Amino acid sequence: MMQKVYTKIESIVGNVITVRADGVKNGDLAIVTTSHGESYANVIKLDRDMVSLQVFSGAQGISTGDQVRFLGVPMRVSYSEDLLGRVFTGSGVPRDKGPALTENMIEIGGPSVNPAKRIIPRNMIRTGIPMIDVFNTLVESQKLPIFSVSGEPYNQLLARIAMQAEVDLIILGGMGLKYDDYLFFKDTLEKSGAMSRTIMFIHTASDPTVECMLVPDMALAVAERFAIDGKKVLVLLTDMTNFADAMKEMAITMDQVPSNRGYPGDLYSSLASRYEKAVDFEGAGSVTILAVTTMPGDDVTHPVPDNTGYITEGQYYLKGGRIEPFGSLSRLKQQVNKDTRDDHRALMDGMIKLYSAYKESLEKKSMGFQMSEWDDKLLKYGELFESKLMDLSVNIPLEQALDLGWEILAECFEPNETGLKSDLILSRWPKKVS
Amino acid sequence: MAKNKGRVTGVNGNMVTVEFDGAISKNEVGYIHVGGTRLKSEVIRINGRTASLQVFEMTNGVAVGDSVEFSDEMLSVELGPGLLTQIYDGLQNPLPDLAAKCGFFLQRGVYLDPIPDRDWAFTPSVHVGDSVRPADAIGTVPEGLFTHQIMVPFSFADVPWTVVSIKEKGVYNVRDVIAVVKDPKGNERNLTMVFSWPVKKAITRYEERLRPDETMVTKVRIIDTFLPVAKGGTYCVPGPFGAGKTVLQHLTSRNADVDIVIIAACGERAGEVVEVLKEFPELIDPKTGRSLMERTIIICNTSSMPVAAREASVYTAVTMAEYYRQMGLDVLLLADSTSRWAQAMREMSGRLEEIPGEEAFPAYLESRIAEFYERAGKVRLRNGRVGSVTIGGTVSPAGGNFEEPVTQATLKVVGAFHGLSRERSDARKYPAIHPMESWSKYTGIIDDSKVEYARSILFRSNEINQMMKVVGEEGTSVDDYVIYQKGELLDSVYLQQNSFDPVDSAVLPERQEETFDVLFHILGSIYDLEDKKEVRLFFNEVRQKFLDWNNVEQKSERFGQLEEELTELYRSKAVGFDPVAEKLLSGGAR
Ligand SMILES: Nc1ncnc2c1ncn2[C@@H]1O[C@H](COP(=O)(O)OP(=O)(O)OP(=O)(O)O)[C@@H](O)[C@H]1O
Ligand SMILES: [Mg+2]
Repeated sequence: MMQKVYTKIESIVGNVITVRADGVKNGDLAIVTTSHGESYANVIKLDRDMVSLQVFSGAQGISTGDQVRFLGVPMRVSYSEDLLGRVFTGSGVPRDKGPALTENMIEIGGPSVNPAKRIIPRNMIRTGIPMIDVFNTLVESQKLPIFSVSGEPYNQLLARIAMQAEVDLIILGGMGLKYDDYLFFKDTLEKSGAMSRTIMFIHTASDPTVECMLVPDMALAVAERFAIDGKKVLVLLTDMTNFADAMKEMAITMDQVPSNRGYPGDLYSSLASRYEKAVDFEGAGSVTILAVTTMPGDDVTHPVPDNTGYITEGQYYLKGGRIEPFGSLSRLKQQVNKDTRDDHRALMDGMIKLYSAYKESLEKKSMGFQMSEWDDKLLKYGELFESKLMDLSVNIPLEQALDLGWEILAECFEPNETGLKSDLILSRWPKKVS
Repeated sequence: MAKNKGRVTGVNGNMVTVEFDGAISKNEVGYIHVGGTRLKSEVIRINGRTASLQVFEMTNGVAVGDSVEFSDEMLSVELGPGLLTQIYDGLQNPLPDLAAKCGFFLQRGVYLDPIPDRDWAFTPSVHVGDSVRPADAIGTVPEGLFTHQIMVPFSFADVPWTVVSIKEKGVYNVRDVIAVVKDPKGNERNLTMVFSWPVKKAITRYEERLRPDETMVTKVRIIDTFLPVAKGGTYCVPGPFGAGKTVLQHLTSRNADVDIVIIAACGERAGEVVEVLKEFPELIDPKTGRSLMERTIIICNTSSMPVAAREASVYTAVTMAEYYRQMGLDVLLLADSTSRWAQAMREMSGRLEEIPGEEAFPAYLESRIAEFYERAGKVRLRNGRVGSVTIGGTVSPAGGNFEEPVTQATLKVVGAFHGLSRERSDARKYPAIHPMESWSKYTGIIDDSKVEYARSILFRSNEINQMMKVVGEEGTSVDDYVIYQKGELLDSVYLQQNSFDPVDSAVLPERQEETFDVLFHILGSIYDLEDKKEVRLFFNEVRQKFLDWNNVEQKSERFGQLEEELTELYRSKAVGFDPVAEKLLSGGAR
């Protein structure tokens, strides 16, 4: 029984077509042939002999008499070293001039790692950015989004971390990427010589929506295999909000009851099944995921950043060109910052508490209140903190950033005003140079 | 009786519709045959000859016409010795065994025996001819720290069963027949150490329910002193993402003063379970001197595991909790997060095309949540022993807004509410439990009226702080400023607690009493302080000293020294007591 062709499409709604067919399996791949060419499609629902498929290139221009041919296999991607340096679309078709790859096909969206087989993440990824290294350390195998307002330099930040991180392989998944941004990534990677260890799955803003939804699965399936084969893989996904919007579009097409602002009820599970691919394999490699999630209207409670925050291991909150100390969080930092330097944790907490007090003083000041001596100290502290540590142009190693932290404290406060433990102050408080 | 069969007629996500012959029942388990594997599913709706099944696995590859075999059994768990220390998925599949068999990845359709196949030293406690009822013990086996009662299956008819035979003291396999009993009509049944129970049904084989009146110590100051939890009670921890729900639960799972802890990781991150999994075996429980794992069961259906099994996982967990309660033990069930369970219900309800309620949750959301928390409780068993199941659930409200269906439905049924606040976690004030919005209906470890006094200072301090935001510090009197500083002190030295400090992370009730007593004296004192600057400096000093005190071992010499220094320090400026505080102190109550 092979590759029977069906030529009667019953309905076309959004990017979903329905045909009558037998023996079709849920999730199977098909090829739809129209007068404009061919497109892949996959089965998303079965109801007796009615088979619903989502068409990767979109259903525009499909006519009811077009051909549907089922391939009897689910969506797959080729896995080999030949992928390196290559650029593909969301459905795995080359975007560069290279040949199509059909060897060693692996399934995408596979099962999750058995929790009993996971290990506790243990390696810090150094970035040279104090707001990350000191306050929210990035850890190998972490899944971490950059929450950003549109217009912020999130792709630049993503690229900078990628260049600085010591990984074997970079996989870039672009979703709804502006063409300029795609070129920016390409240029940056080429200039730094990293292109030969990079694989790209790119969906640009002008490509069909369904392909947008495939990008994370393609990128992560490949990443997972390289990790099993011992590679440290960094996956960059930008922008996951476009991915979620593509899912929303599909859900509406399928008449699903929306749960929150039009997004489907399984938004959480769908995002989680992708992000949870981040893993450190015992005795093999790892997958680290850095993603961009733009926040519509700078609203963290918007369903996409909100659900993401509940899934990922923290987030970097990019605002005004800086990583904000509030709202930013690395949940894995405690796995590594106990072994960096003895003052790391306490200094991190203490400085943030003071920064939060600074914000309060700032608010009082903006309301025209008299500033107490304490307020003045905080104001001075806040300014130094922002210019010397928060500014994204700062690029210094962790140890230097910690020393700088102590200097800032000593410049502004008496030791007992910092809330830090006495023994730490004794050993780390800078000696007064007068 | 032949098992019923059916054929797949449709697939929509993890819902499969099946045409069947014969009679099947709701919540019955069915298996869908796909290629060489069988996918476990549960009947959730029956309409004429068509049943809707939620499949506990991914449904890719399922085709119309695939055969389905019904099991004639409700979704159940196996209960018996060996459950402790295990790590199961939501359907009680043992994950380490699965890993040994299948490697890195979960493989669908592989269902292993949840009860370890091993021998136990059995001691009978009944004789031939004795009369027993369901849940009565017929003997015991030593399971780690506990004497595991081998009971007459709960599902047996509630009539007197006569012991026909019973094995003598000796070592038997968990699946060996150790006794035979017969009902009044003479029907005989074989008993092993294992029996099963349908997870969605509460176990009610006890004499009566009791009021949860004993504090369950967590060693977290803000909880034990201000917002206590009771053994057999229920509480919830709602909070926006990253506010500290999971850290708090992990802390509680280590430190709670109960016999057994069941951790249900429901739809959350796998990495978080791994921390427990790897750390617990290494951690020594100070109470027993044994590894923490020996009192722990982990049910783990993380966010990328199939969603229907997530829905089942909380029931699997609570059933095991009830089972150990039947042995007269205190069991704590921690579920993280109940919102993911609610979402699993929502996903299924959507596929069933039920009429959606608020935020598309099904109309029965509230009753399901209430039913679940109702399974907590302190009970007197028929043998006079007392056991309890305490349930603590986290809630992950959309947008961190508590005005949403799951939080609201939960608040209606629990006895304590530990609401986490974004402001507090942003400011690294951990645990970020909001001290003023949260509440508890249970009694704590410290005299109520004193706690109320401290709480009132907190409220007034907060009011003054709000005031200062309007009128400025300059518009605030020194007296008010002192109260403001007192509230801040209470917050920073008592309500906040460093979860990663080896000493401060777990504070025994004795120490809480001692610390609170000193704090109460400080809060209740009237001070001779000139101006606001002097006030601020004074309280800075007190705070520093207090924090240093918090960070030393209670048994150390330094502890006493620092306590003295602290007392001296506050007394140096104190000129008497606030009359209300004085009255409470002289009341002698503690
Ligand atoms: N008591 C605490 N002490 C110190 N740090 C804490 C504490 N609680 C939380 N944190 C910090 O906040 C991070 C997030 O905490 P946690 O994972 O418990 O949040 P959560 O409320 O469970 O979030 P989610 O809903 O997304 O699961 C931790 O990784 C840790 O860095
Ligand atoms: Mg959590």
